[in-house]
Amino acid sequence: PAFGLFIFTIARDPLRIIILIAGAFFWLVSLLLSSLIWFIAVKASDPQDERLQKGLLIFGVMFSVLLQEAFRFLYYKLLRKAIEGLVALSEDGCSPISIQQMAYVAGVGFGLMSGAFSMINLLADALGPGTVGIHGDSQLYFLTSAFMTMVLIFLHTFWGILFFHGCEHRRWWEIAAVVVMHLTVSGLSFCNPLYVGSLVPSYLLMAAAAAWAYLLSGGSAQNLRRFLLCKC
Amino acid sequence: MITFMNNSDSEEEPCNERTSLMSAESPPVPSYQDGPQASEGGEAQAHRKRRAGSSRGPNNVAGGEMSGSGVPVRESALENEEEELTLKYGAKHVIMLFVPVTLCMIVVVATIKSVRFYTEKNGQLIYTPFSEDTPSVGQRLLNSVLNTIVMISVIIVMTVFLVLLYKYRCYKFIHGWLILSSLMLLFLFTYIYLGEVLKTYNVAMDYPTLFIVIWNFGAVGMICIHWKGPLQLQQAYLIMISALMALVFIKYLPEWSAWVILGAISIYDLMAVLCPKGPLRMLVETAQERNEPIFPALIYSSAMMWTVGMAKPDTAARGPSQQTWDAAEDGREHLRSPSHAESQMSETRSPVPTRPVSSLEELEEEERGVKLGLGDFIFYSVLVGKAAATASGDWNTTLACFVAILIGLCLTLLLLAVFKKALPALPISITFGLIFYFSTDNLVRPFMDTLASHQLYI
Repeated sequence: PAFGLFIFTIARDPLRIIILIAGAFFWLVSLLLSSLIWFIAVKASDPQDERLQKGLLIFGVMFSVLLQEAFRFLYYKLLRKAIEGLVALSEDGCSPISIQQMAYVAGVGFGLMSGAFSMINLLADALGPGTVGIHGDSQLYFLTSAFMTMVLIFLHTFWGILFFHGCEHRRWWEIAAVVVMHLTVSGLSFCNPLYVGSLVPSYLLMAAAAAWAYLLSGGSAQNLRRFLLCKC
Repeated sequence: MITFMNNSDSEEEPCNERTSLMSAESPPVPSYQDGPQASEGGEAQAHRKRRAGSSRGPNNVAGGEMSGSGVPVRESALENEEEELTLKYGAKHVIMLFVPVTLCMIVVVATIKSVRFYTEKNGQLIYTPFSEDTPSVGQRLLNSVLNTIVMISVIIVMTVFLVLLYKYRCYKFIHGWLILSSLMLLFLFTYIYLGEVLKTYNVAMDYPTLFIVIWNFGAVGMICIHWKGPLQLQQAYLIMISALMALVFIKYLPEWSAWVILGAISIYDLMAVLCPKGPLRMLVETAQERNEPIFPALIYSSAMMWTVGMAKPDTAARGPSQQTWDAAEDGREHLRSPSHAESQMSETRSPVPTRPVSSLEELEEEERGVKLGLGDFIFYSVLVGKAAATASGDWNTTLACFVAILIGLCLTLLLLAVFKKALPALPISITFGLIFYFSTDNLVRPFMDTLASHQLYI
């Protein structure tokens, strides 16, 4: 689905593609830094201690989430500057791309990159021979991974919109809400392999974020109804 | 980097002397946009518009007379607009370059992943004489540095040789050289590649069919690249030969040498293009002075070529605008930002009336476009291919390098739009790519693996 989003909405406009790739790049850099921290922590600690390792892992995850949000903020700042530049350069005084579109594209960029990193090795292994869950792990590993990744990509997209909107209008609570949601979703994934604990709330959160982002972008129940009924 | 020029040169040299070896030495071809531009420059002279900030581009007379009256007025008024257009259309051109670079990388990665041949070590090129099979780390490092020095010096020698040839107008020699090297690429390497691919997929093909296929492929390629042909076909061929070269490099360069060479090439590129005495810069300037196009086989151009057939007769006014391209001449690797004429003008594709230059029928119009040297393609693909081949984190590392290179390309194009001169395309992208490769391989991979094994999501 994320790829479909990409093709239908982003691939037409070159500027959006650039923003997308830059968004992916920012996510990548945040991942790099957070894994650096984790790596240092792991090397500095005792590799035999299971609980400590798990604790460090959790710490790494949380830290990474925070870093991702920080980078989203940085990216927002960069895009602000870029928009000012574009406005100055354009002929008729208005930017060829609005900040909301940018928010959307940035969100998709983040999401695609995070999804790709989560899934791609899995997919590559899935092509090869093997049995899922042979060591007593869950047999639904691939399926749940796929769903979780999809929900995460969508969530990143919505968070992008919410985040940028919050930054635009200086509503700090919106930004805080996004961060908290992200932390929650990551935290929920700790419940794996108890999938019902992680997937279901994540989807609920995603629906909430979707509705919120939709309202923020100017949609309304009426628009939705008109669209669904194919009226004009 | 004038990747362009060097490429063919180096290939040809080895080809002549040691056909037994796979001397796929790609000269450090800086990505000069100049190259192709130089060639187009000739045609475009008439159309050339003054603008485009690029310092190159003497539009001279031909252009002047063409646009004659319209131009001067337009010029002054449009000076500012040009700047805007440059950046505004920058996005389109970035994408025009993203696509081929991405395609080349995809081909290389797909081949590396599927065909075993390219990851086996079967010997080294003559240009990297020191082996890396030594037991100690220090020795290995030393050998790779020595390899790099040898390679870079060979590249420098060839580049200087080419520049000298160009300066002294030994065009026939250069053309012959280029033709020979592209011949070798198109036929020999394709044959090997096809053979390996067929072996991997266990598909049988008899010799006559193979001969016909390769003959057709090679002949059409030669025509497309060195003469006229549909733009897309030419682009496709250029991408394919870049991918083939990159594959040969990946196969025949030893591990550490490859990374050191990549680093050294970007530094060389930086120096060769920007230093006043750098060979590439001299090449570009010479070509500009002479208003000649750079050899078509060395540069990838994203511009459109239109024959006059669709022209409208009253394009005199619009002609100049079309030309904004300012092809920075030859530059090997300069990324040339298209000169931007009025946006409206640029959109219309009317042929430029180059009456003074050639017969109306033969006019070819170029739309604005950006040019990138083939060597750049090759080295980008080498980086990504090596990441795919040797990284243990497999796809994550490859993806990270890919994004890094694209971002580097974006930044370079941005700089091009700002500076409006030929710029080396290698350094920024390769630096990013290298940083990301090493850091992803060593830092991110254990992190992601642990996360994945616990199925945690960040």
